[in-house]
Amino acid sequence: MDLFEYQARDLFAKHDVPVLAGEVIDTPEAAREVTERLGGRAVVKAQVKVGGRGKAGGVKLAADPADAVEKAGAILGMDIKGHTVHKVMLAQTADIAEEYYVSFLLDRTNRTFLAMASVEGGVDIEEVAATKPEALARIAVDAIDGVTEEKAREIVEAAAFPAEVKDQIVAALQKLWDVFIKEDALLVEVNPLVKTGEGRIIALDGKVSLDANAEFRQADHAALEDKAAANPLEAAAKAKGLNYVKLEGEVGIIGNGAGLVMSTLDVVAYAGEKHAGVKPANFLDIGGGASAEVMANGLEIILGDPEVKSVFVNVFGGITACDAVANGIVQALELLKSKGEDVSKPLVVRLDGNNAELGRKILTDANHPLVEQVDTMDGAADRAAELAAK
Amino acid sequence: MAIFLTKESKVIVQGMTGSEGQKHTKRMLASGTNIVGGVNPRKAGQTVDFDGTEVPVFGGVKEAVEATGADVTVIFVPEKFTKSAVIEAIDAEIPLAVVITEGIAVHDSAAFWAYAGKKGNKTRIVGPNCPGLITPGQSNAGIIPADITKPGRIGLVSKSGTLTYQMMYELRDIGFSTCVGIGGDPIIGTTHIDALEAFEADPETDLIVMIGEIGGDAEERAADFVKANVTKPVVGYVAGFTAPEGKTMGHAGAIVSGSSGTAQAKKEALEAAGVKVGKTPSETARLAREILGG
Repeated sequence: MDLFEYQARDLFAKHDVPVLAGEVIDTPEAAREVTERLGGRAVVKAQVKVGGRGKAGGVKLAADPADAVEKAGAILGMDIKGHTVHKVMLAQTADIAEEYYVSFLLDRTNRTFLAMASVEGGVDIEEVAATKPEALARIAVDAIDGVTEEKAREIVEAAAFPAEVKDQIVAALQKLWDVFIKEDALLVEVNPLVKTGEGRIIALDGKVSLDANAEFRQADHAALEDKAAANPLEAAAKAKGLNYVKLEGEVGIIGNGAGLVMSTLDVVAYAGEKHAGVKPANFLDIGGGASAEVMANGLEIILGDPEVKSVFVNVFGGITACDAVANGIVQALELLKSKGEDVSKPLVVRLDGNNAELGRKILTDANHPLVEQVDTMDGAADRAAELAAK
Repeated sequence: MAIFLTKESKVIVQGMTGSEGQKHTKRMLASGTNIVGGVNPRKAGQTVDFDGTEVPVFGGVKEAVEATGADVTVIFVPEKFTKSAVIEAIDAEIPLAVVITEGIAVHDSAAFWAYAGKKGNKTRIVGPNCPGLITPGQSNAGIIPADITKPGRIGLVSKSGTLTYQMMYELRDIGFSTCVGIGGDPIIGTTHIDALEAFEADPETDLIVMIGEIGGDAEERAADFVKANVTKPVVGYVAGFTAPEGKTMGHAGAIVSGSSGTAQAKKEALEAAGVKVGKTPSETARLAREILGG
């Protein structure tokens, strides 16, 4: 889960990383009081989870409270690379002398954590990495030893930060490591980390991404989720405990197992090339059980997607028995009908593996007018695409 | 022969007395696995009856290993306790730990992986969030269904559980030496490369099928490894061509970040290394069949 800048700022403050005062608002008028509290001047910053907002006009300096109201009004509602600005953060102004970069992240390749640091901050760090790799220090961080003072010094030396700020950055790195570890973060990035005119080090802008798998010990994180931005179908699926991702397409997909479902999307897209270019409408993994209830929940979400023209149910019975899945489909269709749902889109079902013949027989005997069976995954994908193209 | 797991393997189950642990211990026993014990500190000294087979419960992995000579542990404990369960297995220096549990925080996986390294990597870790591994006809450590395939000469390594099953089933007439589900988390123990290396050295494996998916660069590195070190034919499949950027597709590690981790890049890297890559799982199975002259 990626956080907004203001949420990252709050987490930094919680772990004593030096930050400037800042408050988030969602109406222009609220900017007046906040700016007064901040000393009469403020930087107005669009809160969007995408880079390049400065160039897009999403960051403005307000000279006084009335100006802050005007600037907030101009930025709120703005579209930045497809993201609508619903909130702005008003932050204390800073006298910036130098801009640096520091981050901690997961290094998948080496199965450990990585610190990155550069004296060339304030710009797109991927560009620095590509054009001047020697300017970006990369130091491996052991997951057990973490960022001790010694490790922080190693990072600071590798990045060649100026002597007068080294001690401050060593301290800031240890605090940022606290954020990374204690909040179960996958990324903690500060860009820029600034040196002010008076020589203070401050985390001016931050990006934090949190590990959704750590929710069991991070009860506070659920509140950080941006529910307003979630696709309504994704939100409904999440409420039902389903692993669903909305895509742009016409063939609804239900399958078991993340890999098989990903593969199903590909096979449908491939088949769609021959059928008016139809595409998969979603990712939905119903996992192991595939009970009637889970199947009904899944079908309800997918049939509720107005873009969906046909549905492909692709199940390989490993531990799951296909007869249970077939019963689940039959009962789910009845359940949805009894709830008054519109069940009128064709379903193509492919069952294979454990008890497949039994499962197929159950569907044959049920003889539901909307359900059609195809024995192979490729064949079923082709049929579902054909039906969606009609 | 096979790799990592044979009929000689003595298997213990951490979390055997829990509901998932019980269900799958029963299945593993039914497929011929030599289960010599379970671990649960609160039930030490008891035995659990699995359809007439009495399996003793030990208080810890070390005691279980000392008492039984176990060389494999399969871990089913809930995600909150998985890190300490894996660390206990590493401390007991058991040669193979198979971590089935899903939903493990990345910081926990990173910690037990680092711990294994500090202890000299005496324990091979498979997983987490994986279906485990099976050497058909010999032993089954995890949750892979045993009855959908038969023993044979194909080695299989895969990030995905259901795609593993799909492939085992498609090629059931030819059969498999060992199938290894390595899991799709951002940090895993055993990698494609580890399995490729072991299959290359295994005289009972004639062809290797490797299944990858979006996220990370494991497939690209596996391609480099194949080019430099593998003489046996390798057939590949990659899932996730249609996955949008920045969205996690089921597996915690299955995410395209910017331009990295795409299925297209993985396919191209594998093909450049001489690996035949199928467009669909069935086409991949066909490619394997053609090479083996079936």
